[in-house]
Amino acid sequence: MPRLMINGQTHEVDVDPGTPLLWVLRDTLGLTGTKYGCGIAQCGACTVHVDGTATRSCSVPVSAVEGSQIITIEGLHTQVGLHPVQRAWLAHDVPQCGYCQSGMIMAVAALLRENPQPSDADIDAAVTNICRCGTYARIRTAIHTAAQA
Amino acid sequence: MTHMPQISRRFFITSAGAAGGGMALGFHLPGFSGRAGAATDPAEVNAWVVIHPDDTVVIRVARSEMGQGITTSLPMLVAEELGCDWSKVRTEFPSPEENLRRKRAWGEMSTGGSRSVRTSQEYLRKAGAAAREMLVAAAAAQWNVSAAECQAANSIVTHKPSGRRLRFGEIAEAAAKLPPPTEPKLRDPKDWTLIGTPQKRLDTADKVTGKPIFGIDVRVPNMLYAAIAQCPVFGGTVKSYDESKVRGRKGVRQVVALPGAVAVVADSWWQAKQAVDALPVTWDEGQNGTVSSAGIAELLRGGLAATEAAVVRSNGDVDAALARAAKRVEAEYQAPFLSHATMEPQNCTAHVTPDKVEVWVSTQSGEAALAAAAGAAEVPPEKVIVHKTMLGGGFGRRGAVQDYVKQAVLVAKAVGQPVKLLWTREEDIRHDFYRPAAMAKFTAGLDASGMPVAWRVRVTGPSILANLFPQRLTNGVDASFANGFTEEMAYEVPNYEASYAMRTTHVPVGFWRSVNHSQNGFFRECFIDEMAHAAGQDPYQYRRKLLGKDPARLAVLDAAAEKAGWDQPAPQGISRGIALVEAYGSLCAQVAEASVGDKGGVKVRRVVVAIDTGHVVNPEILRSQLESGIVYGLSAALYGVITIENGRVQQGNFDDYEMVRLADMPVVESVLVPSGGFWGGGGEPGVPPLAPALCNAIFAATGKRIRSLPLKGQDLTRA
Repeated sequence: MPRLMINGQTHEVDVDPGTPLLWVLRDTLGLTGTKYGCGIAQCGACTVHVDGTATRSCSVPVSAVEGSQIITIEGLHTQVGLHPVQRAWLAHDVPQCGYCQSGMIMAVAALLRENPQPSDADIDAAVTNICRCGTYARIRTAIHTAAQA
Repeated sequence: MTHMPQISRRFFITSAGAAGGGMALGFHLPGFSGRAGAATDPAEVNAWVVIHPDDTVVIRVARSEMGQGITTSLPMLVAEELGCDWSKVRTEFPSPEENLRRKRAWGEMSTGGSRSVRTSQEYLRKAGAAAREMLVAAAAAQWNVSAAECQAANSIVTHKPSGRRLRFGEIAEAAAKLPPPTEPKLRDPKDWTLIGTPQKRLDTADKVTGKPIFGIDVRVPNMLYAAIAQCPVFGGTVKSYDESKVRGRKGVRQVVALPGAVAVVADSWWQAKQAVDALPVTWDEGQNGTVSSAGIAELLRGGLAATEAAVVRSNGDVDAALARAAKRVEAEYQAPFLSHATMEPQNCTAHVTPDKVEVWVSTQSGEAALAAAAGAAEVPPEKVIVHKTMLGGGFGRRGAVQDYVKQAVLVAKAVGQPVKLLWTREEDIRHDFYRPAAMAKFTAGLDASGMPVAWRVRVTGPSILANLFPQRLTNGVDASFANGFTEEMAYEVPNYEASYAMRTTHVPVGFWRSVNHSQNGFFRECFIDEMAHAAGQDPYQYRRKLLGKDPARLAVLDAAAEKAGWDQPAPQGISRGIALVEAYGSLCAQVAEASVGDKGGVKVRRVVVAIDTGHVVNPEILRSQLESGIVYGLSAALYGVITIENGRVQQGNFDDYEMVRLADMPVVESVLVPSGGFWGGGGEPGVPPLAPALCNAIFAATGKRIRSLPLKGQDLTRA
């Protein structure tokens, strides 16, 4: 039975080891903040952190992340409240429908950990998630705000 | 396992409460029966306004939230007139079945056509005003004074002569017992204090923490999961399938045959999906298994040339004017089928019991979902409960057609347990109701000064109304296919004729954000540029001349041009294009700035957008919608194309049906020029001007006239 470390807690999950992490998060553990968008690592709606790295969970079997530290949108906020990226998102009213935003926020949080002052080109290269509502302009602004935080 | 929330009515309520000022999903409608009651009970002053003893105001939102911000902007309309403290406002969705039971107390719930504000602003403001008058009357009665001496503001009624005050929460129960006023008095727009202000969205806090429940997130006790394979050729049916190949797979419960589809039900969606992928299905493709995009293009070319077509607007004598024109300009344009590709793939959860049918669904039309569920289950509508959730995008896909609701109900009925049906992205892109493929043919005659004296317009393609609402055709004609060439064609052309030759294919068509304006805006505004070029005139000034006596349109066009700095040279290597489209009651102009590289690569640098929506409820939400429309239009212009081969859609996912991403995103500058006096739409008008503004910029850069979309794959190197 795969054993997963998610948001600081250990879960033993009764699933086939080949099951993508996304479906274990959503359907087995009820962590539905992480979304399904494409299933082929194209859109990034399923982005979570695996040992601190932004990872598209639709395309990672759970067997590959046993022993890793997995953080989802539900575990992103800190003891003192929202993550700086979430606060910047609030400040700029980034979300529209909101469906892609968990993945966006996770992708941006990982970027800022590695590169605290990203240029626009850095952002373009690192944040390749899809948003059909077209919140990109506000996302870019909010990333720069979060980088100042 | 420590964290395993189960969805229930209670879960929704507590989760919404825990979110703090966020969304309640409308399963629980406080105050429906308990108008009297304990001191802690909320009071329903009217169908839209519920006030708690602690002054919390719950404003009900009948439309669906799909990102366009109506859970903030519609309550603002109510609160403006109610005179409540905006910081104490919470929202909830009344349910479609309650709407039916209460004789449509909340009016139309369907959400589309940029209608939410336009068609409900008056009754929402009146609901707020009526509630305010009832609160004032209740306070006046308690003080035994004239209501005329009292006023309501900031959730407090004040008796002006004495200074006595009562909080809304203290008098709501008494107010709820009063008869509603028949003609509540509305504020003069100049006295508005909330409408027109950039209030923060009420749903953002939840949306940055992953809390909102979309249809795909619904969990009910004992729920199973279904994955589906639909006949790849539209209209085809299931001939046979070999259930033995998946029976006995871990978790698989049942295989259910549906009209034109097969679903596999399993303990988890991943198991169901793996099984449906492994299930051998033989399809009867019907008559359409050989249809291709090339054949459809031939059909549409026939529509361009056809002598029989419905004339949808005509003035003057086009033939005579063409005969004496100094110059003739002719062109043919085309636009492809497009899929909506909402980020949340289509899904629905259903539970069918002998007593009732329950569905949980992200829908633009709760009432259509209710009707679809009732029809599929073959029960009367009053036996159906629809739980509306947040929508992971709508764009028209989740409105008129509730195909996924029907399927989920049929599967749940066969299984006898709650089932969540979820389509893969591939099913979603291959089983859409597509933006119609369309073509246009233009013949214009210019006089010696270069201005058009004659213009003949022919458009052709499949009609959405004929496909979905044939009863709405007028004498068999869908004039809306020519939107933008009929009453919304404001350029002055003395001899003009627009006609539509309907051509029907087996590809289902539906409402795609901005609908027929999406292709017609491109056709018309690029051809206006062709006329301007033939006349040797600046395309902005040329439009100004064509709009001679139309100050409203001139104001919007000028606002965009001025903000873009049209009269100044563009930065080195950058070219500009302009377009103006009226749609959904709003006027929208855009200037696109683009560069085209030596190898033909297009980069959109900046888009300036100006819009006149009449009144603006929330300028910040309107700006978001303009940004949104521009991105939606840009994805379509750069990449969007659905092609048909062997009767089926060739694209399937975001690798071959591409979207704009951050790296493609231009700077967007919006200019709001509300002229007051009317209420225009906000969700869609930003889409149509983008493609023509961009293509006109490409012409300015390269001399290449773009007459078909998308741009991807076209040779854009300098002509």
